[in-house]
Order: sequence, then structure tokens, then C-alpha cells
Amino acid sequence: MRSRSIEPEAAEAAETPERTGIDRRRFLGYVLAAPTLVVAAKLAWDGKPAGASVPSLPEPSDLMDLGDVLTLATLPTSGLITIVIGEDGTAAFALPRAEVGQGLTTAVAMLIADELDLPLDQVRMSLADARPELLFNQLTGGSNSIRSLYTPVRTAAALARQRLVQTAAAQWNADPSTMTTKAGVVHGPRGRTATYGSLAKAAAAAANATAHVQLKAQPTVVGTPQNRIDARDAVTGRKQFTMDLQVPGALPTMVCRPPTINGTVRSVRNAATVEAMPGVTDVAPVDTGVAVRASTFGQCIDAIRALDVDWGPGTADGKSDANILAEIHQAELPMVVPKVPILTQTIDAAFTFPFASNSPLETGCAIADVRTDRAEIWSCLKSPITAQETIAGQLGLPVDKVTVHVTQGGGSFGRHLFWDAAAEAAQISKAIGKPVKLMWHRTDDFRHGRTHPMCTSRVRATYLLGNVLTFEQRHTSVATDFTHGLGEILTSLASSLPVGNLGFSETVFALTQNVPYNFGVTTQLLNEVDTGFHTGSMRNIYSPNVTVAKELVVDQLAKAMHKDPYRFRHEFLKDDRSRAVLDRAAQAGNWGRTMPAGTAQGIAFHEEYKGVCAALVEIDCRPATVNRPIEDGVTGPRVTKVVFVVDVGLPINPRGVEAQMLGGVMDGIALALTSSLHLKDGLPLEGSWDNYFYTRQWNVPPDIQVIVMPPTTGQPGGVGEFGVAASFAAVACAYARATGTMPTTFPINHDGPLAFEPLPTVPPIPQSPTDGLSHTF
Amino acid sequence: MQSFILNGKPVSVDCPDDVRLLWVLRDLLGVTGPKYGCGLEVCKACTSHINGKAFNPCSVPVGDLEPTDEITTIEGLPATVDQDLHPMQQAWLDHDVAQCGYCQPGQIMTAVAKVRAAHAAGREITDADLDEIRNVCRCGTYFRIREAIKAGAANM
Repeated sequence: MRSRSIEPEAAEAAETPERTGIDRRRFLGYVLAAPTLVVAAKLAWDGKPAGASVPSLPEPSDLMDLGDVLTLATLPTSGLITIVIGEDGTAAFALPRAEVGQGLTTAVAMLIADELDLPLDQVRMSLADARPELLFNQLTGGSNSIRSLYTPVRTAAALARQRLVQTAAAQWNADPSTMTTKAGVVHGPRGRTATYGSLAKAAAAAANATAHVQLKAQPTVVGTPQNRIDARDAVTGRKQFTMDLQVPGALPTMVCRPPTINGTVRSVRNAATVEAMPGVTDVAPVDTGVAVRASTFGQCIDAIRALDVDWGPGTADGKSDANILAEIHQAELPMVVPKVPILTQTIDAAFTFPFASNSPLETGCAIADVRTDRAEIWSCLKSPITAQETIAGQLGLPVDKVTVHVTQGGGSFGRHLFWDAAAEAAQISKAIGKPVKLMWHRTDDFRHGRTHPMCTSRVRATYLLGNVLTFEQRHTSVATDFTHGLGEILTSLASSLPVGNLGFSETVFALTQNVPYNFGVTTQLLNEVDTGFHTGSMRNIYSPNVTVAKELVVDQLAKAMHKDPYRFRHEFLKDDRSRAVLDRAAQAGNWGRTMPAGTAQGIAFHEEYKGVCAALVEIDCRPATVNRPIEDGVTGPRVTKVVFVVDVGLPINPRGVEAQMLGGVMDGIALALTSSLHLKDGLPLEGSWDNYFYTRQWNVPPDIQVIVMPPTTGQPGGVGEFGVAASFAAVACAYARATGTMPTTFPINHDGPLAFEPLPTVPPIPQSPTDGLSHTF
Repeated sequence: MQSFILNGKPVSVDCPDDVRLLWVLRDLLGVTGPKYGCGLEVCKACTSHINGKAFNPCSVPVGDLEPTDEITTIEGLPATVDQDLHPMQQAWLDHDVAQCGYCQPGQIMTAVAKVRAAHAAGREITDADLDEIRNVCRCGTYFRIREAIKAGAANM
């Protein structure tokens, strides 16, 4: 790490204030009264509307996107974010966000290390408990976390460094402007040094105070590739997830679930018999089914399979793919093509996207210890405040009597925006009067867990004489449940959003979707139908489906106008930043190279989260590849090469950005080719990873290149969800070009014969096999 | 009483024969490196070694084990090579493979077994070998897994 001297006040004047009129590097922070040095950040919001001087009118997401709204919502309470400098020289920060694999703890630790001039491994990151006083500032979603924490966290860290330098200067009777910091040590005149740890106590404040601080002009850690701070724990098995925690008395607990979604328990015919089974301690009906608690999860599985339950109807009985799709078609909004000249040509296309699962590998789980006067919950929660409030209400306890610990998550992909398992665990613990360690079975996680809703996306585009005159998109979906706290954020800011008086879903849609091309008059609208399913946001929410439909039609337009798909996009994209990622992908991926029949390239572009990206893929759809034998696995076409180019404005950790794009590519391949839920009679048929075909090694491209563009805007955009849409779209476009047929349902195998034998619905979960020793290798 | 050797040490645990080893490890012995991802021998998150070969504890009744059977979980992997980290774990760090990390103990145990099998057959690990790996990674770290296995294999 490079050393750095205190910059004199005069340097601030040279910093040109931007359009906000505020010096962009000078911020106000707090030093809080404490036995050691504790600093806190003043609020700061750097969001600014992106200008748009283009033929297409700016859309709401051009002016202000979902991340801006979430950042705006965090303003009033960001000052409560604190960093504690310990006498051991470490900086401790309790992150008011969830870590679910997206690398947030590493990126935030980098921000702290950078401004503090502290080695990265001296930053101690933990996840904050639910803090209701943070109001909206504890929601992890919309790829917004870095965007909202970037300035407050750096402000607090810079203030800590400034305070440590001032403390050393006072002790040495020296001029702070002559002093430097390096790797957790203050360097003064005549070679004097003091570690941060040795100064932490003396630097502590007797009373709360404010202080101005200047942020670094040139980062030394931000922008450098760093490995994850929790990697060693992950590869040694030491990383603790919820079910790895040992809470006294919290025995394994599972729920016997109904044969249809939201089915109800009429009666349990053999509760006493099941309660007498080996290891079983409790059997208790709850809202979601029949809970069983036992010495081991294996004995819970045995008990669930033995239960004889009289089930009542659910909320989606009789619903299957076909009749849900019919409901969606009935709700589809009409196109309203404006008046266009005679001779104008039209392209119409309609696409269907079945239900998909955001199920992480770690199934839904939570530990709950509910007593008469208090409760304690452990779970991976991306909206812990709303969870805490809801669970407190459900238990009849004051909010401050419900402690909610946020645990490390084994993936999320949107699933942990809701607290289904935590609420269920709390109800069970209250019902039986004992602590419980609740885990969902894999089969339940697919069948009763939240889904990305089925939807259709229709596009009508008109063109004439080398110009696209209109581009209309109508997205119609089973309703997405946004009641996880995001809804409250949107409500509180409703009057300040550039979208008028829309509902939650329409607001999210308007804030996230756009047409990045100069296509004349563009409109994109959402309409929803409620069909009684558990839904929620899945990684990138609407964008993967909207973008696939849009980019496939872009290819159709290019074809109709006799242009190359890449050249066409290059010509119609709105700005140079967009063209830069597209051009880089085309160049690095050798766009246009000659390929054998049955194989092809595809290229796609996506803009969101204040970033732009482009994907170029090559796909092999030849029979020898499609039919390659894999036992109990879906093979199909194979993506053989991916070049993914991403410009996130300011990449905090390029290696982490690359990791998220790699994950997004795998999601995109799965959504295009193999993974969906089949709804039949009120329940998905899928119940295992050999039914729900997320990308597996035999589907992984052997050649992938991710190019993270150098900083462009100086502000970090969103990363966690950003890789999905362009990847999905590029695979779809490549498939259409390789086969000569544009697919209209995704994944392409959804309407084909089922690739698996569905598991029974009663009993709701399968028994574990016993033949593991005959499959060793 | 069920007896076997766990990460080099003999253990005994009082539980019925039919309880799958995964629950004996996790719920009764507190060894949490092997993860639950399905309990169906599909996702492979619990992959560990028995007498040096990969297997899934979710699908083995503990009563099927002999007292001499040596079970190695991710926690015991470094000791098999007398180091702080097995070369495959080091390769995982070098390639910064993990995202959420939930599947990675199982991925590493599978990788070690696949490389051992290839080496036992007198050859290096191939892309075809990697295509056979069934372990699910829902974060999609597959590409870095492939790179790490090739790198780790070079030091095994």
C-alpha cells in the first residue's frame, strides 16, 4: 500500500464542485463518545440524473433507476454507520447488509482499508443484527449496496484516519500535515511511528462531535483485484452458515408440507404415533404444515414421511402452466403504435417465460428461540428490519424484544429478501415452547419456495428506410411479491419518483427497464395477474426476460434491414460508453468468424445499475453435442465460448466483479437452455437438482473471458445481478442463429418431454438413498 | 453404538443404524463442513471421503460403516497431506473460487477424488473428467472450479 500525506486545505479548493454544488471529496462525519475510537459517517448521496440528448425521450430508468431510489432512501440514517478502531489495530465494521456470496463484505472492507491506509486483513467485517433505527437502510437488493454505502463508509474510514493522525500529532507536538500513514501506522517527524492500535484509546472522543474530512483523490486499494476476505474459511469448512450454528436446545426441525401451494392442515391423524418415533421430540401443526422436531434431520425426514395428514385446499389448486398462461394472455395490454408513415414495416414477436426458481443451494433455514417475553432469531435475511417487525407482530411481542441476527447466506438470488423460514421457525418455537433449528427439505424449497413468476413479453417494432420508428414492449406477468420492505421504500418516496402514480411492481419495472437504442418512440409497460403463488424477485428481476425479448427482436430488425447484428447494435446504441463494451466484446470474441453449420455466435447488450455490458457467445447445436450422454442430466446445446464485457462505472474489486459476471453467465445459460419449473395441479413438479436443471459442469463453456472495463464514471454501479440479462439474451440470439429458428419459449426445452420422473407429493419429501457406498469414486 | 474413524480419530456415537451419516456428522458430532443441499445424493454438497474415495454421507446409513472405515471431511483433508492446506484448497484460494462458499467443501472433496482417480490411471485430469462432476454450485463458480482443479492437480 502506498503511503499518503495529509493534503493541505488549499487542495480542496482546487477540487471542482460538480453540478450538485457540493465539493465531491469533502464530507462531514462524527466522532462518537466511546472508550476507543469510534467514527460514524454523515449521509451522502451522489446520485445524479444521467443526461440524455438522443432522439428517444429519456425513460424513467435513464433519469433515476431502482438503485438511485434505494440510495435516496438510505440518506436520513446513513450517519449511524460506525467503524470501531480497536487497540489491536483493527477496524471493525458491522455491515448493515447481507452477505450471500456477492462479495459485499470484501468490497466494503476494501473501501475501509483504502481510506484508513490499513491492510485489508486488519478490517474485521461482521453482519449487523436487525437495526430498526436504520429504517430503510438495511435492505440488500437491487444491486444497490455498494452504491449506497460507498460514500458513507469511506467518510467514516477517512475520519478515523484523520483522527488517528491528529492524536499522534498532539502527542508528538507535531504538525499533522507533515505526517503520513501506511499499513496501519502513523509516521511523524524524525522517524517517529505509532500503530493505530496504540492510538485508538487516546483518539477516543469524550463527547460526540462532528468533523470535516476529505476523501482520497487517488485510491490505492479500490480498483485492485482482491481475493475474498472469507475465502479461507470457505475452503476449510470453517465458514458458518445458519445450520452450522450451535444454539443450545435448538434441535433439528422440519415441516411436513401440503400437496398444493398454501394447502392447509385439517387434521393430523397419527400425531401420537409419530411423536413416539426414534429421536422425535415434538409434532405440531402450524400455518404452513406440520412441524416435527427431532435429534437429527434424518429422523425429521422419517417422521414427515410417516405423518398422516388430512390436507385442506391451497391458493393455487388446479393451476397448471397452461391455465396460468391463459390468465396472463387475458391480461396482456394492447400495443399502441403511434401514427407511422405508409410503407412502414412491422415486426411482431411474443415470448413466454415459465416459472423459474431462485432456490439457493442452502435451503430455507432459521434458528428461533421464542420465550414468553422475548425471542431470538438467526437467519440469512436481506430485509431484517421488516422481518423483525413482521415476526414481532406475529408473536405478539414488542419489536425491541425480538433480536434478529443476520447470518451468512449460502446463496440468495433474491430468495432471502423474504423471511419465510425465520417466520416459520418463530411460529414453531412458540407453538412447542422450545428452541428450533428449522431447515427446509430440498424438495420443498423447489415446490413451496418462492418463484420467479411466469410471464410473457410482447414486442412490436416498426422500421422504414434504415430507421427504427417505434419499439413497444408489453410485459405481462404473474404478480411479483415486493412486500419485503422495498414496497415501503417506494411508498415513502413516491412523490419524488419520476414515474407518476404507479403501483410497486410497475414502479420497479419503470425504474429498471429501458430501451438502450435510438428506436424512435419507445414504450415498455408491465401488467400483472395474481394467481396465488409464492413469488419474489429473482436475480435481476424483470430484466432477463425483458432483455431476451428485446434483443431477439433487435436481431430480427437487423435481419430485416439487412444488417449484421453487431453493426446494427453499434449503429443504434445511444452512447459511446455503450458502444465501447459492445465493440470490445465483438473484437475480443472475434465476431463474424466463420463457423460450422449448426453452430453460431450471438451478441447482446444490456444497460442497468448505472452500468453497461455486452456478451458474445458461441453455441453448438449439432446433434452430436445436443445428444451427448449424461445420466439423469439435461445436455442440449452447449455454449462453447463466452466473452463478457462489463463497465460498472467504478469497479471496487475487479476480481469480485468478474466472479459475479461468471455467475450471471451460468444463470443466463440455465434460463436460456435448461432451467424452469413445470406447474401442475397447484405445485411445481421439480423437486431435486436433477429435476430443476440449473447449469452443471457438462453445460459450462470451456472458454470464458470476462473483461472488466477500467473506471468510466467514477461512481460504482451495481454488480450482483448485472451478468444475467445480457448472457441470457446472447445465448438466445446465438441459438436462433445456429438453428435458423427464433425460440419463443425459454428455456428452449420447457415444452419438450419432461426430462425426469416427478417425485410424489404425498409424502411430500423423498427418503434419502441408502446405496451411497456403491457410488464411491 | 456406531464406531468409525473420523478425520484420523476413532469416534463412537449412540444412534440408530439407519440414520444417514450426514446427520451423524452434523447433528450429533458437530462436524459441519459437509453441507446439506438435497439429501438425495444429487447436489453433492456433502461430498466427503471414505477410505480415500469420494462419497455422499447423505446416502449412507451409519450402520453400514465398519469401525475401521476412515471418513475424511473437509476439516480433515489438510492432515491427509500433513499440511495446513491441501494443494486443492490452496488452488481454490489462488483462483478465488468461492462466492457464497456453501458448496465448496463438497466441490473440493470431489476435485481431490477426481484427480486421484486420473493420476491412479496414469493420466492428467481432462475436460471430459470435469464435465462428469455433478456438484451443484448455484452461484455459478463452475469456470473457476475447472481452472482451480487443473492447477491443484499439478501439485498433487
